[in-house]
Amino acid sequence: MQNRESLREGRVRIPSGCAIAGIMDRSGERHDGSDILKSIALMHDRGNGLGGGFAAYGIYPEYQDLYAFHIMYESRDARAETEAYLDKHFMSEKQERIPTESVGSIKNPPDIWRYFVAPHPMRLNMSGLDESEYTMQHVFHINGQIDGAFVASSGKNMGAFKGVGYPEDIGAFYRIQDYRAWAWTAHGRFPTNTPGWWGGAHPFTLLNWSVVHNGEISSYDANRRYVEQFGYDCELQTDTEVITYLFDLLSRRHGFSQEMAAHIMTASSWDDIDRMSPERAAFETALRATYSSALVNGPFSVILGSDEGLLALNDRLKLRALMVAEKGSLVYLASEQAAIEVVCPDAENVRSIDGGVPFVVQLDEVARRKRGESAENTPSAKPFKHEVGVLPRRRKEA
Amino acid sequence: MAQELTTRASVELGTAHFKEANEQVRVALEHADVVELHCVYAQRYLGCAMPAGKRLEIHGTPGNDMACYMDGGAIEVFGNAQDQIGNTMNAGSVVIHGRCGDAAGYAMRGGEIFVRDGCGWRVGIHMKQYEQKCPAIVIGGDAGSFLGEYMAGGVIVLLGRPGEYLATGMHGGVIYLRSRLDEQDVPQGLVLEEVDEADKELLRDLLGRYNVAFADELGAPVADDGEGFWRLRPASSRPYASMYAS
Amino acid sequence: MLDYLLPRYKVERDRDLCVQCGVCERSCSNQVHRVDDDLGRVVVADYAACVNCQRCVVMCPTKAIAITRWPQVDSGSANWTLGSMQDIAKQAQTGAVLLSSMGNPEPYPIYWDHLLLNASQVTNPSIDPLREPMETRVLLGSRPGMLKVNEREHKLVSPMPPQIKLDVPLMFSAMSFGSVSLNTQMALAMAARELGTYFNTGEGGLHRDLEPYAANAIVQVASGRFGVDPHYLEAGAAIEIKIGQGAKPGIGGHLPGEKINAEVSRTRMIPQGTDAISPAPHHDIYSIEDLRQLIFSLKEATRYAKPILVKIAAVHNAAAIASGMARAGADIIVVDGFRGGTGAAPKRIRDNVGIPIELALAAVDQRLRDEGIRSTVSLVAAGSLRNSADVVRAIALGADAVYCASAALIALGCHQCGDCSSGKCNWGIATQRPELTRRLNPEVAAERVVNLIRGWNHEIQEMMGGMGINAIDSLRGNRLMLRGVGLNEKELEILGVKYAGE
Repeated sequence: MQNRESLREGRVRIPSGCAIAGIMDRSGERHDGSDILKSIALMHDRGNGLGGGFAAYGIYPEYQDLYAFHIMYESRDARAETEAYLDKHFMSEKQERIPTESVGSIKNPPDIWRYFVAPHPMRLNMSGLDESEYTMQHVFHINGQIDGAFVASSGKNMGAFKGVGYPEDIGAFYRIQDYRAWAWTAHGRFPTNTPGWWGGAHPFTLLNWSVVHNGEISSYDANRRYVEQFGYDCELQTDTEVITYLFDLLSRRHGFSQEMAAHIMTASSWDDIDRMSPERAAFETALRATYSSALVNGPFSVILGSDEGLLALNDRLKLRALMVAEKGSLVYLASEQAAIEVVCPDAENVRSIDGGVPFVVQLDEVARRKRGESAENTPSAKPFKHEVGVLPRRRKEA
Repeated sequence: MAQELTTRASVELGTAHFKEANEQVRVALEHADVVELHCVYAQRYLGCAMPAGKRLEIHGTPGNDMACYMDGGAIEVFGNAQDQIGNTMNAGSVVIHGRCGDAAGYAMRGGEIFVRDGCGWRVGIHMKQYEQKCPAIVIGGDAGSFLGEYMAGGVIVLLGRPGEYLATGMHGGVIYLRSRLDEQDVPQGLVLEEVDEADKELLRDLLGRYNVAFADELGAPVADDGEGFWRLRPASSRPYASMYAS
Repeated sequence: MLDYLLPRYKVERDRDLCVQCGVCERSCSNQVHRVDDDLGRVVVADYAACVNCQRCVVMCPTKAIAITRWPQVDSGSANWTLGSMQDIAKQAQTGAVLLSSMGNPEPYPIYWDHLLLNASQVTNPSIDPLREPMETRVLLGSRPGMLKVNEREHKLVSPMPPQIKLDVPLMFSAMSFGSVSLNTQMALAMAARELGTYFNTGEGGLHRDLEPYAANAIVQVASGRFGVDPHYLEAGAAIEIKIGQGAKPGIGGHLPGEKINAEVSRTRMIPQGTDAISPAPHHDIYSIEDLRQLIFSLKEATRYAKPILVKIAAVHNAAAIASGMARAGADIIVVDGFRGGTGAAPKRIRDNVGIPIELALAAVDQRLRDEGIRSTVSLVAAGSLRNSADVVRAIALGADAVYCASAALIALGCHQCGDCSSGKCNWGIATQRPELTRRLNPEVAAERVVNLIRGWNHEIQEMMGGMGINAIDSLRGNRLMLRGVGLNEKELEILGVKYAGE
């Protein structure tokens, strides 16, 4: 069937329902993808076969200092253009087609490649940006400007595996049982419309961030127009995308802990603030006033993955379900309890995540490191700046 | 004498930003009634809202809006002043040993400004008066154009020559001129008259104080008997009464 | 000179219902009605004097009175309407500038009526504000782009600029004592305190009877600086620099001497009976950097403890001006659209100058975002917000809060007759005559305003709930909650909204 360009995700905003799951080993020990596959597969009916995917952390230890770009191509031209672009701005250590398996239900998959790259040192230096900001800007360029190419993930020692299909089929397609990760997240999507292409599937990722999300947020355009001020172009028009950008802005650029970033996005209610001590109330009030447009409203449950671990968050009114359970150093998250019990029948401490209260799981080594760090947020040293040229725009365009 | 020493302080401003400078001045004024400011370069708002009993002695060139909203304090500037001094001033006195810039005494309701030399444009614009409050500006030299524009009250004494568009829209107060205007130069709606005894008494007081401040440095006092001055006043306090139809 | 002016209205009196009580005569300051002792009944004395304020209609115990239009037909020309010819007649007789009051009545597009709101269906839930929390509190002030905090101790490291707190996303816009009665200001002050919001003194000083309400006052500094002294600046919760007003952009103010009675004189600190003239510009602001000078003079005068609002009329270049205002240090930007009301403005100015608030607001919000500074400053929209849906639209377009005045006056009894400048307001609002101001009981009037705004706020909560939003923060600038109807592409582009069905 002819792909209807006008209905592609990115051109239109597609509300979605979903299943989400996450498994993490605090100790950093790596596990293959079979458990996460089993867990998300149990929630088959929360998706509709129009989107599934996984994010995995710790899968590329041999290239852990390089950015691992997973890029989907719709055409040979798109790949040629993208690779020329990458050549210009990055140094590539290795590039290869991501191994996939033919699965009956997966139709017309794109050509999917991975690249292990480092920013071109001279260009990085000339850009005046730090390494992650530099990388991010180029990812935005590829996604926004190169027709038929989409960067599915761009972090270090991590990757996203996603596409149009049920998550269990997507998992089989990407052979995720062959990868070993200390943290896995998964997503089964129920979009109201066909996204039309693979890039729209979840998790959404940026640098080391990955986000899987359930629900349709009602604050979308307020959040979008807030982050777009700071150079985050919301190409896909999805909630997951804007939530990822909010985490990146608050945590990476403004230097807040992920937990504080999540708190800002689900700020204390005024009723609660009015009952606080004056000093604490002033603190919370300042957060709400300054980051008022970062408040995320409407039903959502989110699992954020990063190089630190996982963070789970529900909206303030807890309109979506998200369960957590533990077993030893393993932590399990899922939209439904049984999706945990199917892979860990003797899980302990099974409970639901409260509305507006971030649940944080960190790698043991990260937790140890953080305890010794200052409790003050340190903004990134080279923040985003609006472009300043030497010629008026009209002359440039002419 | 000991008393005076304990209430005097000195601050050097240099090129400090106005925010920092005013904070320093405020702190100094908490402990002293008289604060000398040295090496002043364009810091705005010096003496902002300063209350009675406080005094600044400024050496250098204070910035715009000096003595804005001043509420009884006193400022003496040993040098020239910039624009908008005495903006919306409520009470107090300003003495400038030099000239001042544009729009001095804008919307001033009370207090006095003595300027040894000339002044810029639109000085005394929208000066007003209210009950016992009657502001006064004495200009020793020439004035720029639009002196006393919109003037709604108070007194301006001009020892030099006025510029053009003198007192346009004046609907209150009085301007004393040392020389008579030609009939065709008297602005529409205003009346030029010889001063009477009450005017002379007022002029004696203001010019006497002008001399106290400046006679030494001018070499000689200006004549302070008020003789030969002319009074410019509005014919009506409602100059625009018939301008509108509803 | 022969008077060519025709009456505008005709008073219809139902003789069967009229009980000859004379209430109409007593309620009319324009002497339209008169009890004729010889005839022993009420007669209409002067149709031409009727301004259609509807006081007599409301007061008549038997509802025997209705005001109709004067039945004179026009010339039949769509060009030379009766109204435009009457304007000429008036000016031919007086040689005067035509004066008008209240907002622009001309049939320009009202964009609010072309913007429809969204509601949740299936993919996310609507929220019932009666049973779930629904936050309408708004803070106004400037903010750092980024906060520095100590997360463990829950303490602020970077300083936070002063904010004012509104429990409803609406304040009462500036109306000076002089243009309105003290009872009007008192009613709004009491309502503001009760509602947890603010009234605005206008450029008329703060009357001593209003000082108990100063914590809910925004004190205004305009070009005439009436009533401005350190005490006044210290008294208010915030200070507003009025550059312009939507009803009369580029024009100063002129309160005629007959309205400057003893109380107005004391509050403005000017002599009784003289005209109070506010110059067209601030004569210390001839350029954007001068605005910065005035903003910081007010901040210095109040030790940086109060936010400074700067209000401009919505004019062609509003977006660039607003951006400059933010950079000049304004904490709160107020944009007042061309349908905003006034106590008195030259008619040609009111009806022809300025642009609609909807377009100006959308353009300002977008420009501030393009510049990356929208979240460091607050934005207030003014200029005819007629109901709670307009408030929701304004916030979704990008306002933090709105100012309203006409709606509040209508709650007090104003019937938009547009005769404010005569000083004979029968509702006791736009007048200083004691026998008329007495008609407005501040307590009762305040209750009417509180009722109105409580009703609006509940409606705002219902609309937000319908959208699945439980804090007004998430409505601000959320233009996906709006869809246009009957708009062309350029209008949609400026408003930043999609067409209904898209």
